[in-house]
Amino acid sequence: MADNTKIVLEAKGITKQFPGVLANDNVNFNLREGEVHALLGENGAGKSTLMNILYGLYKADGGEVIVNGQPISLHSPKDAIVHGIGMVHQHFMLIPVFSVTENIMLGSETDHRKNPTEAPLAKLDREEVSRLVQALSDKYGFNIDPSSLVGDLPVGVQQRVEIVKALYRHASILILDEPTAVLTPQEADDLFNIIRELKKQGVSIIFITHKLREVLAIADRITVMRGGKVVGSAIPSESDEHQLATMMVGREVILKVDKEPAKPTDVVLSVKNLRVLDQRDLVAIKDLSLEVKAGEILGVAGVQGNGQTELAEALTGLRKIESGTVTLSGEDVTHSTPRHITNTGLAHIPEDRQKHGLVLGYTVADNMILCDYFKFPFSQNAMLQQKAIDVNARKLIEDFDVRTPSPYVSASKLSGGNQQKVIVARELSRQVDLVIASQPTRGLDVGSIEYIHNQIVKMRDRGVAVLVISAELDEILALSDRIAVMYRGEVVAVVESKTVSKEQLGLWMAGGKPD
Amino acid sequence: MSNSENNERWKSALKAVKDAILVPTLAIITAVIVGGLVIAVVGGDPFAAYAGLFQGAFGSVKAISETGVWATPYIFAGLAVALAFKGGLFNIGGEGQLALGATTSALVGYGLPLWLGYEPPMYIHLTLALGAGALVGFIWGAIPGALKAYTGAHEVINTIMMNYIALNVVSFLMNGPMKDHNPLNVIARTPLIAEGARIAPIFSGLRIHWGFGLALLAAFIVWWLLWKTTLGFEIRTVGANPDAAKYAGINVKKIMTLTMGLSGMLAGLAGSIEVTGLNYRHELGFSSGYGFDAIAIALLGKNHPVGVVLAAILFAAMRNGATRMQFLTQIPVDIISVIQALILLFVAADSIVRYIYRIKQSGEKVVLTRGWGG
Amino acid sequence: MDWKRFSFIAFIIAILFGTVVLVGYTSEPWILIVGSMMATTIAVATPLTLGALSGVFCERSGVVNIGIEGMMLASAFFGWLGSIYMNTIFGFGAMPSLLVGVLIAILTGGLFALLHAALSITYKVDQIIGGTVINILAVGITGFLNRQLFFDKNSIFQGNVPHAPGVLPVIVIPVKQGIEWICSLTGGTEGCYVTANAFGKVFEQKPIAIFAVIFVFVANYVIFNTRWGLRMRAVGEHPKAADTVGINVIRTRYLNVVIGGFFAGLAGAYFTLESVPSFEPLMTNGRGFISLAAMIFGNWTPIGAWAASLVFGASQALQINLQFFRTSIPPEWSFFQNSYAVGQIPYILTMIILTGIIGKTSAPAADGQPYEK
Repeated sequence: MADNTKIVLEAKGITKQFPGVLANDNVNFNLREGEVHALLGENGAGKSTLMNILYGLYKADGGEVIVNGQPISLHSPKDAIVHGIGMVHQHFMLIPVFSVTENIMLGSETDHRKNPTEAPLAKLDREEVSRLVQALSDKYGFNIDPSSLVGDLPVGVQQRVEIVKALYRHASILILDEPTAVLTPQEADDLFNIIRELKKQGVSIIFITHKLREVLAIADRITVMRGGKVVGSAIPSESDEHQLATMMVGREVILKVDKEPAKPTDVVLSVKNLRVLDQRDLVAIKDLSLEVKAGEILGVAGVQGNGQTELAEALTGLRKIESGTVTLSGEDVTHSTPRHITNTGLAHIPEDRQKHGLVLGYTVADNMILCDYFKFPFSQNAMLQQKAIDVNARKLIEDFDVRTPSPYVSASKLSGGNQQKVIVARELSRQVDLVIASQPTRGLDVGSIEYIHNQIVKMRDRGVAVLVISAELDEILALSDRIAVMYRGEVVAVVESKTVSKEQLGLWMAGGKPD
Repeated sequence: MSNSENNERWKSALKAVKDAILVPTLAIITAVIVGGLVIAVVGGDPFAAYAGLFQGAFGSVKAISETGVWATPYIFAGLAVALAFKGGLFNIGGEGQLALGATTSALVGYGLPLWLGYEPPMYIHLTLALGAGALVGFIWGAIPGALKAYTGAHEVINTIMMNYIALNVVSFLMNGPMKDHNPLNVIARTPLIAEGARIAPIFSGLRIHWGFGLALLAAFIVWWLLWKTTLGFEIRTVGANPDAAKYAGINVKKIMTLTMGLSGMLAGLAGSIEVTGLNYRHELGFSSGYGFDAIAIALLGKNHPVGVVLAAILFAAMRNGATRMQFLTQIPVDIISVIQALILLFVAADSIVRYIYRIKQSGEKVVLTRGWGG
Repeated sequence: MDWKRFSFIAFIIAILFGTVVLVGYTSEPWILIVGSMMATTIAVATPLTLGALSGVFCERSGVVNIGIEGMMLASAFFGWLGSIYMNTIFGFGAMPSLLVGVLIAILTGGLFALLHAALSITYKVDQIIGGTVINILAVGITGFLNRQLFFDKNSIFQGNVPHAPGVLPVIVIPVKQGIEWICSLTGGTEGCYVTANAFGKVFEQKPIAIFAVIFVFVANYVIFNTRWGLRMRAVGEHPKAADTVGINVIRTRYLNVVIGGFFAGLAGAYFTLESVPSFEPLMTNGRGFISLAAMIFGNWTPIGAWAASLVFGASQALQINLQFFRTSIPPEWSFFQNSYAVGQIPYILTMIILTGIIGKTSAPAADGQPYEK
């Protein structure tokens, strides 16, 4: 890409302060016509803040945004849309109970007189919009049915609906926020093809990610952010993963977890022919079997929404099991209560730490007894023992390096990494045979990720069986001794992690059967 | 425990106390000012009115005693709402639970000797009368609790529906089977309860009775239950984050049902103690309004037993002093309802108060209730 | 409205109607009884229908409103007060006074809704607490002013409750004449004229009742077929998504809550300007809460909520119509005719419906959640 191509969007000196955090500190960024400009950074580096400012969702405290040479003022997304900026958010901004057409027309409804009037009570012209959506879908080969309900569509298709939504509004600048987080490697490749097609049509794209491989695959230019600042830029052809990682994190990064080969012994968890329904009473897990041995880490790989959440819930007693058996340390716990399973020897790091793992309004000390509050020494004669709770909290804070001013501040005051450490401390300090860790490092900074990975390996080395469920293929590869791949509620392959390639796993995750 | 540990805990406790007191106090002040404006607008003298109010509430030994009399059911009913809030549930059913508790205690109070044929000893009779009221209150509270826990039906609407059902039942009983058949009586009320089922006055000649002591004891027990026992930990955890409670292995459905039952029991006791300690009978309509006042008391007291006791005394003083105020200034007693609604408004919308007095938000926003979904 | 719930509604209404027919068929032709039950049902369902519409507008845009009860009560009072002022102080005629009263009632509902909107949208108060504040405030203000204005010797009315200008008149939609005309064409059996009489009654309604039914269909159209409706539902389902396409979430919610308040206000007017010409403290008697149950049972759709309101209306109509046939009820059954028994039906029905055994409904996804960017 020649450097003299027209600059379509420029952000100058953007500054944004949130309570306690300087999210953007004098950030400069520009986008040329028809290029893919990757914005690389860790969680919390300020990428999304910057994009939300460009899209008019946040108001910058300082700096200016220039589109096609004209400074513009952004008060709401409406202004961004008018200037041809479209955004596909990491969490899709789609309404599940609306049809594709309704989702796309929302906010830019066209009425039946074929001119967009401002009359609020004008009848919706769904047919006309459907036709336009169909035309856009055909043009880019998106294969979208405008009349289907968005909630019934797979995530990959939902993402395309989001892209059509932007194109329908004549976006020429498209912001994609972590677009591959929910996709298989194959779906990601499809997305990359779409991106190339869009480029050809003259659309300029900002591609936000923290995945190095993708950046090198698709970007024309790379800008790296860290701690709210732009810390550097690069051209893919002149850089490699290691160099980008160091720039992104600010220090040398070990991309692998250091661990000895596993010495698996007895089977601790045995799941046979499991069948589980999801929230909507549809089959989420069908005929799933797996085993985890003491002293090994079994990683469950798979694209989000293929039954991993339901698997963790079923194993921990939170979701009803329709048929099949679950055996933990030799005891049948298929229909046991969560309390009973926990007592049998299970530690569980839940997927959603703020919703399930913590009581945010409770102190750190109280959160650290959340599973054992009724046991000695924390409870005697049905009374809470403050002294024991205090001792426990101080010990765990020390042992697990939780950064908190005191055991008596509420958990909501801690950073995401430290909140997760509170859960990890609580769960891994218990005497257990099995650890189930769901998305244990989602949304954390590299330092915390390394720490938690090491703690999990330590548990394994102490002879505990570990089941790690993660949507991050890199995490699965780095941690696991064996890998089970889930697709549509089934385990389609179980392999030794040493003998498998990422590409092969990706293929299985997308439904390709192993030979 | 070492000194530094103690210091940390005390510091956070002190800060919590400061946070808990500051906004409610300012809310009361603001409501009193706005209430004064309302009085002035309708042509009254706010200063005379408030003076009369204070005189009526605390102006004499008798006035103070009467304030205590009013405060007794308020403390119980306020604790009922506060306990439910701590468990993440909203009990608007105090009115019905209270009326049923009162009716049941009255029934045991006058009916037991008739049924037995002799007068049982006081410690048995009074205990049974209070126990029966508490039990019926428990059941009447546990039903919407269980419906919430097991079917997801929202307790707010169900407790309100059960208020109407209870009031219909009570009014049927008061006009029919339980009506005082003394030929001189035309009022829908029960006969007087036996001597043995009555709570004694604290001082002879004053109406304040040991029920007030029981109310303070109940406040202590609720505090102890919530913060010192394992069950209290479970109730608070379910209230603060039911999902996390489920993950932690707590039987959320059971705790929800139990919490609403205990809440109903406290409200039922509010009625029982009015019957056994003050009126010695139940009369239709005496309790109207207690249920809603209790919500205001719990919110004003920040759902803490100590706060509830203080808020209950404040509300009692207003109710009690209002009669004197009306006598002196012709301002209808109903102005008290307006002021109380304003207090509730400013306590609930604490950001308004924070805005007026430029106080920064500190600490958590406490989640009290959730939408229909959850 | 799915089949299961629709049949439940039809079933309950059939039982309620059937009961009255069973009691009264010896003294009156059954078709007349059915006609008068239908007429009463529609009339007494009016505040529930309007209350449910109020709930639909608030909650479809994401604001839970349990303050409808209080909004109705306050509107009933101020509408009534307004009509009396117009009538006695300003000397308006009865009809203009009543119309001004209705207008004041609607505005009162809107004002209280504005307060609720401010509390829940701007100040992000827990919406159920906010609604409770509205309810308590309404009881306090109406009780205070009622006493201050009418029972105080120094007040403008010197302690006498002045005469209200009556109630809104019945509007006859000439269905009876229409059927009679058909009867006359076809030879005219007596049965035909009785039928004309029976169905004629159904279409003799007072204005607020008629408007309530019209509003049900208008609201249904607006919510599901117009831009306004699409945006309001979007804001109630996923406000952030609406925000990202340039919809002003805060403004949309405010507007819909206030419109909901107008409906609650009209419901209030029903009590004191259409039903009876007087005000009593607490006279709404839980209707606001029952209309929320109707809204939930109707799955947050106007037509569904109306159908559910009719069930409650029918159970109230049962109580009213049984009064006419008191003498036909054997004395040992008379307990069931009194209000302590029959009067419980709406409350128990509400509780049964809320358990979801007649079919689960789903609230708008963002119902009750304040919007934060």
